[in-house]
Amino acid sequence: MSAQTAFYFLAGAAVISALLCIGQRNPVASALWLVSTMFALAGIYVLLNAQFIAAIQVLVYAGAVMVLFLFVIMLLHVGREASDIRGRATRLAAVVIGVMLLGELLVLSRASPGQLAVGGGSVGGAGSPLEAFPAGRAGQLAPAAEGVVGAIARPLFETYLIPFEITSVLLLAAAVGAVVLAKRKI
Amino acid sequence: MALGPALLVSALLFTIGVAGVLIRRNAIVLFMCIELMLNAVNLSFIALSQVLGLAGQVMVFFVMTVAAAEAAVGLAIIVAIFRHTRSVDLKNINLLRG
Repeated sequence: MSAQTAFYFLAGAAVISALLCIGQRNPVASALWLVSTMFALAGIYVLLNAQFIAAIQVLVYAGAVMVLFLFVIMLLHVGREASDIRGRATRLAAVVIGVMLLGELLVLSRASPGQLAVGGGSVGGAGSPLEAFPAGRAGQLAPAAEGVVGAIARPLFETYLIPFEITSVLLLAAAVGAVVLAKRKI
Repeated sequence: MALGPALLVSALLFTIGVAGVLIRRNAIVLFMCIELMLNAVNLSFIALSQVLGLAGQVMVFFVMTVAAAEAAVGLAIIVAIFRHTRSVDLKNINLLRG
């Protein structure tokens, strides 16, 4: 199977799973279809040469985050009542808004990557995204030289070291906040 | 792999996520739709990182961390709301309505 065929198969699986996710009455079924979407996305990441992110996607998103969702759904025992899908008028409005948003996004995706990153500069020229993103040109050649994980570790621990450290503070705050919110009495 | 199809899939997934937020009333399903939108944005980051360098993949790493933190706090809030109203349906959560 060529990479092209695999991409279209995974893309179709992702979109259909996402549609089923928002269409299912039962929250557990919704969550499982979302896991299916995330697995398909992990496959697409592998095809796009982001193997490390694909592994993290399966471990963190499809594993940890979705298990947390399923845990809360089953803990609260929701989904036994009547359907939570809104009425016909709201659904129609959602379709209209969705089509409008999709049109806007498609117009955006027709722009070249250079136009998306900075105001109209072409790739490699003056004011190019390769200057806007410091890891740019070196990062493109890095996976061959340093391996997949080494290539992403270098920008993460050099250019983006401070944001990375701040992330740990964010996670600590989130953990403390979750405990405080969920506890009855402190 | 071509850039265009990946961005198209990303746009489709984001739109489905927005539509999900609009048509559902279950707060937990709403959170799942938000995760779907974050995943769509991650896909654009990865697709563009092929052209613009590995910084995009680093951003995906940060997005995943923030999403994990958001899910933990958000679900804790939902559990706390459920204790008050015995429901996670948004039509029953109108405390701030005047």
